[in-house]
Amino acid sequence: MTKYIIRRIFYLILTLFIVASVTFFLMKFLPGTPYSNQAKLQPSQIAIMNQKYGLNKPLWDQYLIYMGNLLHGNLGTSFQFNNQPVTQLIAHDIGPSMQIGTQAMIVGSVLGILLGAVAAIKKNTWVDSGATFISILGISIPSFVLAVLLQYYFGYKLQWFPVALWQNFSSSILPTLALAAFPLANVARFMRTEMVDVLDSDYIELAKAKGDSERKTITHHALRNSLIPVITIVGPMAVSIMTGSLVVENIFSIPGIGNQFVQSILTNDYPTIMGLTIFYSFLLVVIILVVDILYGIIDPRIRLGNGGKE
Amino acid sequence: MAQKVLDVKDLSIDFDTLNGTVKAIRDVSFHLDKGETLALVGESGSGKSITVRTIMRLLADNETITNGTIDFEGKDILKESKKEMDKIRGGKIAMISQDPMTSLDPTMNIGNQVAEPLRVHEGMSKHKALEQAAEVLEEVGIPNARERMRDYPHQFSGGQRQRIVIAMAIIDNPDVLIADEPTTALDVTVQAQIIKLLKDLKDKIGTSIIFITHDLGVVANIADRVAVMYAGKIVEYGTVDDIFYNPQHPYTWGLLDSMPTLSMNSDRLNTIPGTPPNLINPPKGDAFYARNKYALKIDHEKQPPFFKVSDTHYAATWLLDKRAPKVTPPESIQKRQAEFKKRGEADHD
Repeated sequence: MTKYIIRRIFYLILTLFIVASVTFFLMKFLPGTPYSNQAKLQPSQIAIMNQKYGLNKPLWDQYLIYMGNLLHGNLGTSFQFNNQPVTQLIAHDIGPSMQIGTQAMIVGSVLGILLGAVAAIKKNTWVDSGATFISILGISIPSFVLAVLLQYYFGYKLQWFPVALWQNFSSSILPTLALAAFPLANVARFMRTEMVDVLDSDYIELAKAKGDSERKTITHHALRNSLIPVITIVGPMAVSIMTGSLVVENIFSIPGIGNQFVQSILTNDYPTIMGLTIFYSFLLVVIILVVDILYGIIDPRIRLGNGGKE
Repeated sequence: MAQKVLDVKDLSIDFDTLNGTVKAIRDVSFHLDKGETLALVGESGSGKSITVRTIMRLLADNETITNGTIDFEGKDILKESKKEMDKIRGGKIAMISQDPMTSLDPTMNIGNQVAEPLRVHEGMSKHKALEQAAEVLEEVGIPNARERMRDYPHQFSGGQRQRIVIAMAIIDNPDVLIADEPTTALDVTVQAQIIKLLKDLKDKIGTSIIFITHDLGVVANIADRVAVMYAGKIVEYGTVDDIFYNPQHPYTWGLLDSMPTLSMNSDRLNTIPGTPPNLINPPKGDAFYARNKYALKIDHEKQPPFFKVSDTHYAATWLLDKRAPKVTPPESIQKRQAEFKKRGEADHD
C-alpha cells in the first residue's frame, strides 16, 4: 500500500508539472498585456516594466525561471494585487471557498446517498418518483438561480440567514445549499441505480435467506456495495463545485478565491493565473488520489499489493 | 411412515410480466420427510427455483401466491408474519444458492458472513460466533480456516466459495436445507466434492434437503426421492429407483434418454424436441402434449390426474389410464424397466 501511494505521489507531481507547463505557454497566447492603460504608457516605461517583471526575456527563459521558482514553492508576485506574493494571495482568500466547497460536498453527498438509498428501497413508489423529481431539479437548475431563490426566501422573506456577506457560520449556509444541490442530485441518481442493482443481487437474497431483517440487509450489505461506484463520481464533482463556487461566491459577496481567478485572467496577471491553476490542479489530483484510496478501503477487491492482502 | 417436515399443498404462483400474467407454478404438491433428500428435477423455467423460493418466502415483487399452503412445524409458512419469517430463514430453513461467485457479499470478510446467522438467530456474541464459524469452515473443508477468516470472497476459488456458502447455511443446524443447483456453476471434479460434502453433512446434522438440479447424474448420487417438474407442474414423483428404473411419464423418459451413458455407441445425444409451452396461456391439457410423441388425444384436452404406480410412485400421464393403448417406451427406458423388474423379483425371493 505504501509503495502504491509513493508511486501515485510521483505521478501526481508529474501531472502538476505538465499542467504548469501547458498553462504557462497557453497563457502567453492570451490577447493583451498586463498593463491596463497601455495606451498612455511610453514605450520606454513599458520596457522598464517588462524588464522588472522579466517579460522581456525569451519565452523559453521565462519558462525556466518560472519553473525554477516553482520548485522552491515560489509562485511569483501578482501584477495586479499590490505586488503581493501569489502564495499569500491564495492563502488569504482560500478559506471561505474551501469552507463552502467542503460543506457543500459533505451535505450533498450525505443527503444524496440517503435520498438515493431510500428511492431504491421504495422502488416504483411515490417516494421513488419524488426522489427522481428532486434529482432532476437539482441537476437542471443552475446554482446561480438557486442561489438567488435561496437569498430571496430564506434571507429576505424569512430572514433566517443573512442575504450575503461573509461574517459567521450562518452566512455560509445559503451558499452551501446553493452549491450542494448539484452533487446531491447527482449522487442520489447514481446511488439509486446502484442500489437497485445491488438489492437484486444474489448475495442480498442469500443475506435474507440467512435471516437478516430487511433493515440489516441494507445496512450491513447493500449500502457499502452500492457506495463503490458512487465514490467514482465524487472526485469530478468536487471539481465542478470548485469552479461552480465562483458564481455563487459572487452572488453572496463572499471574498473567495473564485473572484481572484476571474480578475487575474481579465488583467493578464500571469503569476496569479499560473498560481491558481496549479493550485486547482493540485486540489484535483489530491482529491482523485484520496478517492482511489477510499475505493480500496470500501472495496477489498481493489486493495492493492500482494494480491489484495496487505 | 416417516415424519413430514415440510408439506407443500396445491401451490400456485403467478407473476406479472409486460406480456401478461405467467402461471409459473400450477398446483404443485409435495412433501419432505425428516432426514431425506428430495430432488426437484426439471429443465430451466420449469418452476423449481420459484417453488423453493416460496418456501423461503423470498419472492420478487411481481410474484403472487394465488393458492396453496406450505405446512412447516404445524404452521402455514405462507401466513407467517415478516418477523416470524426472519426467524425461520437461516435458522430452521437455510438455503444454498446456485452461483457461489455472486452469492457472497464482496465487501464483508467471510468470517463475519458465516457467523451472521448465529448472531441473528442465537444472539451470540461476536467472539463466540466467529469461533464457531471457524469450526464450521474447517468442517466444510476450507484449509487454514482460522487464518482465513478475515479474507474476502474474491480470495477464494469457486469451489471454496461454495463451501463457504454451505458453511453459512448449516452453521445454525437447520431442519431443512434448500440447495438450489449448488453444483451447476462448478466444474465436474469440484461438483463431486461438494456433493460428497453435502451428503456427509446431512448425515452429521440430520437435516432434510431439497435439492434442485437438472443434472440427473447428481440426482442418482444424492437423492432419496425425486419429483420431476415440467412447465410449473410436478409430472412424476417417486423414489430414486422408481424414477430411474421404472419411469412412467414420457417427459421423464425424455429426460433419462437424453442423459449420455458410457455404453452409448452413437455420437449424437438424444434430446427432447421442441420447447416448453408459454405459461401465459398454459395449455388446457397436458403441458407436455406438443413435445410428446406418445401423446394421446385426451392429453390435448384434459389435464391428467396422478395415477398411482406404487405406494411411493405417482405419475401424471394418461398413459397409465386403464383405457390407454399400450405404448413401447424408448429402448433405453425398456432396459431400465427390465432391470427394475429383475430387482423386484430378486427382492421377493
